[in-house]
Amino acid sequence: MDATRAMEPLDNTLEDPTRPTPLVLGGHTLTSLTDKICAIAEKPRPPRAWYIAITASSSLTLVMFAMIGYLITTGVGVWGLNNPVGWGWAIVNFVFWVGIGHAGTLISAILFLLRQKWRTSINRFAEAMTIFAVICAGIFPGIHVGRVWVVAWIFPIPNYESMWPNFRSPLLWDVFAVGTYATVSLLFWYTGMVPDLATLRDRATTKVRAIVLGVLALGWRGSHRHWHRYEWAYLILAGLATPLVLSVHSVVSFDFATAQLPGWHTTIFPPYFVAGAIFSGFAMVGTLIVPIRKWFNLEDIITLHHLENINKVILATGTMVGFAYSTEFFIAWYSGNPNESFTFVNRAFGPYAWAYWTMVSCNVIVPQFFWSKKIRTTPWMAWILYIFVNIGMWFERFVITVTSLSRDFLPSSWAYYSPTFVDVLTFVGSFGLFFTLVLLFVRFGPIIAMAEVKTVMPVAALEGESKPIGDYHGDMHDEPRHLREKE
Amino acid sequence: MDTSAPNLYGILIEFDHPERLVNACRKVRDAGFKRWDAHTPFPIHGMDGAMGIRVTRLPFLILGGGLTGLAAALLMQWWMNAVDYPFLISGKPLFGLPANIPVVFELTVLFAALTTFFGMWGRNGMPHLYHPVFKSERFRRVTADRFFIVLEARDPLFQLSKTQEFAASLGGVAVELLED
Repeated sequence: MDATRAMEPLDNTLEDPTRPTPLVLGGHTLTSLTDKICAIAEKPRPPRAWYIAITASSSLTLVMFAMIGYLITTGVGVWGLNNPVGWGWAIVNFVFWVGIGHAGTLISAILFLLRQKWRTSINRFAEAMTIFAVICAGIFPGIHVGRVWVVAWIFPIPNYESMWPNFRSPLLWDVFAVGTYATVSLLFWYTGMVPDLATLRDRATTKVRAIVLGVLALGWRGSHRHWHRYEWAYLILAGLATPLVLSVHSVVSFDFATAQLPGWHTTIFPPYFVAGAIFSGFAMVGTLIVPIRKWFNLEDIITLHHLENINKVILATGTMVGFAYSTEFFIAWYSGNPNESFTFVNRAFGPYAWAYWTMVSCNVIVPQFFWSKKIRTTPWMAWILYIFVNIGMWFERFVITVTSLSRDFLPSSWAYYSPTFVDVLTFVGSFGLFFTLVLLFVRFGPIIAMAEVKTVMPVAALEGESKPIGDYHGDMHDEPRHLREKE
Repeated sequence: MDTSAPNLYGILIEFDHPERLVNACRKVRDAGFKRWDAHTPFPIHGMDGAMGIRVTRLPFLILGGGLTGLAAALLMQWWMNAVDYPFLISGKPLFGLPANIPVVFELTVLFAALTTFFGMWGRNGMPHLYHPVFKSERFRRVTADRFFIVLEARDPLFQLSKTQEFAASLGGVAVELLED
C-alpha cells in the first residue's frame, strides 16, 4: 500500500477547528494497522499477566456458581433479605450490570447516528462489554425468583398450569426489554465483527483457525455489493438500538416507579436511570480500556483524544445524575407529601446515610474533577475516578432499593437490612464472570473494529490533500442520485 | 458470454489504491458490464455511484418485520390476558393498551432487528463459505489493504482476449484469471 499518512503531532487532544482531529496516530498505513491489531489475537501465547488475571477471574466465577448452588439447594434464606426488605442485592446487582451495558450501545448506536467518528476505536470493545454485562445482569433475576426450577414461567410459553404471564406487570416488561436488548446487542456486535473475522481468517496459519474463523466470517469477501446492504443494515440496526437502549433502563426503572413506595413512585426515574446507566457504563469502559491500551500498546489507536471524550461524557452524565438527585429532593419537599419528604430526609440522615453520602461523593463530586484538562488527559488519574464512579453507581441502586423498603409507611414494620456473605460473594463472583469473558475476548477476538477504523484513516491521495477515503457508514449519499440509480 | 474457456470464473484485477479502484469501477460500469464486483477491505466513498448500484430494498423488508412484531405483541397480550386466561388484577381492564405498550415496543424492535440481520445476510447470499475468488493467493489481502475488481465470465460482454485487454487498461497492479 503506497497510502501513507503524514506524521501527526503526538498530542491530538488540542482541538483545531480548521481540520478534523486525527483519530489514528503513529503514522499507520492500512497494512500496519491490520498487522498490529491482528497480532494481538494471533500471538501463540498471551503475556503472563493474562494468565494471572484469568486464573483469578475464573476462580471468582466458580465462587459465584458455588454460591448460586448453595442458594438453590438451601433457599433464599441464605441471603440477608428480611421483612420489609424483600428485594436486596439481587435487584441492585441486576440494575448495576444492565446499566454498565448501556455505554456499549450508546457508543455503537447513538454516537454512530451522531457521526462521532472517534467511536470506531472503542466501539467493538464497548459492545463486547455490553453483552458480557447483560449476561451478568441476567443471572440475578434468574436466581432471585426463589423457585428457580420454574423460572421458565416468566416467558409466555405454555406450561402445565395453563397460565400466562401478567402483561400488566413491569417485571414482565423487564423480561422483554432485557431479552430484546441482549439479542439486538448480540446481532449488532456480530454483524460488526464479520469483516474483521474475515481479516483474521485470511491471515490464518493453522487449519483449525482457518476453519473456525472461516465459518464465523460466513464467507465474507468484501464485495461492495455486500458492503452496500451491510451498511444499510448497520445503519438500521443502530437506528433500532438507539430507542431500544433508552427503553431498557426506562423499563428497569418502571420496576420501581410503578410501585407505591415513597422514593420509588416518581416520574423522574426513566431519564434519571438512563443518564446513570450511561454514566456508569462509560466509567466501566474507561476502567477496562485504560489498562488494555497500555498492555497491548494501542495508544496510537485508542488515543488520549478518545479517553478525553469518554471523560467528557462522564462529566456530562455525572452532572445530570447530580441534577436528578437534587430534583428528587426538591420534589420531595415541594409535593408536600409527608411520606415522600420523610424518605428523602431518611436517605440523607437516617441509618443508611453512610451509603447515601458515598453515592453523592462518588457520583456528583468525583466527576467534577474532569473539568480539569490535566485529569481528563492523564489516564491513571482518570482511572482512579472511574473506580469511584463504579462504586458510586452501585451505591445509587443500593440506596434506592434498600432505603425505601427498610422504612416505608408503618414505623412498626421498619427493619435494617444487611447482606450475608452469600450476597457479597455472589456479587464479587459476577465480576469474575465479567472479567473472564472480557479476558477471553481480548485474547481471541478482534478487539478493534479494523474495517471501521480504516474508514476514518486518511489515505494518501493520488493528487491533492490526504483525507479519509472510507465511507463511514453511509457518507455515500452525497453521490448524485442519477448515478446511484443507474444500473 | 465466452464459451472458449469453460472452467473460467472470471478475471481478477488488483489495485493498490482506493481512488484507482473507484476510477476503474466507473470504466467498468460505463463499458456496460453487469456481472462484476468490487472487493474492498472497508466501504469506500462514492463506490455505489461508481458501480451503479441501486439502493437496496432491505428497509422495506425491515419495516414489514417491525410491523409483524407489533401485531404479534398486541395479539399475544390480548389473547393471553383477556381471552385464553382472563387475568383480573387490581380491577384493571383485561386488555388495556397503555400497559401493553412496553412489550409492543420491544417486540417491534426485536422483529425488525432479526429481519435486518437475517435479511441482510440472506440477500447477500451468506453464509457462502466457498467462492472462486478464495483460490487466489493475492485475494487474501482483500480484507487487509488491497482492492479488487472481478469481471465474471458469465457476463454477456465477456470475451477472454478482449476483456483481458480491457482489464489490463484499468490501472491495476496485477491481473489474474480465476478458475471456477
